[in-house]
Amino acid sequence: MAATPGSQNTQSQGYKYMLGSRTYQFSDLSQLMAKATPARSGDRLAGVAAESAEERAVAQRLLAEVPLKQFLQEALVPYEQDEITRLIMDDHSVEAFAPISHLCVGDFRNWLLSDEATSEMLSKVRDGITPEMAAAVSKLMRNQDLILVAKKCHVISAFRNTIGLPGHLSTRLQPNHPTDDATGIAASMLDGLLYGNGDAVIGINPATDNVAQATKLMQMMDAVIQEYEIPTQSCVLTHVTNTLEAIEQGAPVDLVFQSIGGTEATNSSFGFNLANLAEARDAALSLKRGTVGDNVMYFETGQGSALSADAHHGLDQQTCEARAYAVARKFKPLLVNTVVGFIGPEYLFDGKEIIRAGLEDHFCAKLLGLPMGCDICYTNHAQADQNDMDNLLTLLGVAGCTFIMGIPGSDDIMLNYQTTSFHDALYARRALGLRPSPEFEQWLTRMQIFQDAGRFTPSVELPSSFAKPLQRALGGRH
Amino acid sequence: MGHSDKQYVTPNAWQALRTYTDARIGLGRAGVSLPTSELLDFQLAHAQAQDAVHQPLDVGALVEQINPLIYECGLDPCHSLQSRAPDRPTYLQRPDLGRRLDDASAEILRQYAFTNHRAYDLAIAVVDGLSSRAIAENTQPFLTELCSALKHDKDEWSLAPLSIVTQGRVAIGDEIGYLINARAVLVMVGERPGLSSPDSLGLYLTWDPHVGLKDARRNCISNVRKAGLDYPDAVRKLMYLLKESRRMQLSGVQLKERSEEPVIEGAQPQQNFLISNEKP
Repeated sequence: MAATPGSQNTQSQGYKYMLGSRTYQFSDLSQLMAKATPARSGDRLAGVAAESAEERAVAQRLLAEVPLKQFLQEALVPYEQDEITRLIMDDHSVEAFAPISHLCVGDFRNWLLSDEATSEMLSKVRDGITPEMAAAVSKLMRNQDLILVAKKCHVISAFRNTIGLPGHLSTRLQPNHPTDDATGIAASMLDGLLYGNGDAVIGINPATDNVAQATKLMQMMDAVIQEYEIPTQSCVLTHVTNTLEAIEQGAPVDLVFQSIGGTEATNSSFGFNLANLAEARDAALSLKRGTVGDNVMYFETGQGSALSADAHHGLDQQTCEARAYAVARKFKPLLVNTVVGFIGPEYLFDGKEIIRAGLEDHFCAKLLGLPMGCDICYTNHAQADQNDMDNLLTLLGVAGCTFIMGIPGSDDIMLNYQTTSFHDALYARRALGLRPSPEFEQWLTRMQIFQDAGRFTPSVELPSSFAKPLQRALGGRH
Repeated sequence: MGHSDKQYVTPNAWQALRTYTDARIGLGRAGVSLPTSELLDFQLAHAQAQDAVHQPLDVGALVEQINPLIYECGLDPCHSLQSRAPDRPTYLQRPDLGRRLDDASAEILRQYAFTNHRAYDLAIAVVDGLSSRAIAENTQPFLTELCSALKHDKDEWSLAPLSIVTQGRVAIGDEIGYLINARAVLVMVGERPGLSSPDSLGLYLTWDPHVGLKDARRNCISNVRKAGLDYPDAVRKLMYLLKESRRMQLSGVQLKERSEEPVIEGAQPQQNFLISNEKP
């Protein structure tokens, strides 16, 4: 007679499950989390993925039985070794945790989907949820669950405009140029603005990465924002220490940027720690450049960065990613985005894996209270194309994604990858009725960039404020 | 296509700005979507970039193409080598396998080194990387330029026979340089193709190559192709690195810090047409 399927879990034995004549054993919570993760190439590369579909399904059953309290007792990366573990444990709110403290991971999913978990309730328990709890429950959730719960999580941030209101979708205008050429950048900025893009931020990845160049680009964007009185903010995506130096030299810094990961060792490989972020945030706040809010940080994340830095401590890449959100929420950012398909097929192989990862990252971040956007993107060596991006854009639009990237014709000629275009944002607006941030929408109408803001229709004629600049650019031509 | 586009497509008045940038600006719109002609242009560019990744390098054709040059330089015939990644799907998901030679390839180099028993100033490895097209189109003209520069340099350069590697990544040059007993290795590799640059060649120089080196030990010259950094400029930059590397007996970050072109300083923002403050 076959043994009854079932689990026997004690901490000393790890996690054990009998299915027919087979016994599955998982040594600890890290391994159980990794084996329960939906399949992706990065976890196979790290050697932590489930070895069969059955092992994955069994790990999910066991993970469903783990009490949420367990995550407060069993640190996945040792407390003594990792400042992010310390941040997670030390900042955990017992009071916020109280309404869900009796749940195991499987029941946590039920609760999140239930009508008891209203938007108000979800923001009340936010500080009681650790990244690992969010990651664990996401591993049991289908894509539609990730969408439905994320949609209930309302996260609003503000600097010169208000971002994240329900029914709204913002865009980062990304006018990158392979040589940081001022005219080339200005041309892409004009294109983006006239397609109604840029309310999340106008953000440049510099081709030459040093303080002098960053300062030059900051001054350029600041001049444009002032000239046209655009209710938005600018950012040069350079290292946090560069931005700090720029602030000290008097540069017009709106937002401080940094790529972040979910372990201390990942962030060391990026050349910063939590104290650097705190110092840079204080410096940016001291400039008092925000008009409607004081969220001054912009973070980027992405599954696979910890493994890439050989700093993943045996964790799966999605759990590492969720831990990065603890870093982000400590510093009250205006924007966070997961650059989901940029890292390449050794971490997320194809469109299916990229889409799943995008939805997981958005869900976990929103559950933890972050203004999460997504760089919906792919490289040319991944098995993905524009149709996959259309799918993810539509799904994230439904899920209430905070912002997406906007680039001319989807082609980033500096970073050599494809992300969402100015046109794509207008598609999402029309298909799903998603509006830009209110201050920015008023500006689009006032500037006659949109002739019909309700239908998101750009004007046919060139808006009058841009006639002279265009003449300056084209000079005696035609 | 042209006339139907005109009927339903709203053009953009700023389309002429495309003179100033390769970015896909001023595309116009059908409703709020991409016009068909622009959609088709994008699809073609993406198709070319994907083909560059997936089409296998035609090693036979490449050898035939560069043989006259090899003969002219007095080099032994090329070695045709493979990494430990047996196919493209494995290669794409297992970067570790692409960094090492398979057993048969390593044996070829060991035998060669054993028979010839000598050291070289430089080994050159031509590696398919992520764009076979970059290798097929750039190798012969680039090498012609480079060999001429090496020949005319005031220092003498002894060259190991050329290695041509399939399913390889940059770090595979470390093993090649070590096995063939070269003091430095130059890897010519097909770069990750961009939508507008499916044919871009990368150059990586490593001093004292051996397995397990970190990327911080390499110097890189990127975007070598007809429409990017052209061959004479690329060779000029490379010769500087080669000579400095040999003089200082190192490569990587320490070399880079000394050879970086000066950054244009100055606090004035660059002028651009969006800003109206004309100089008085």
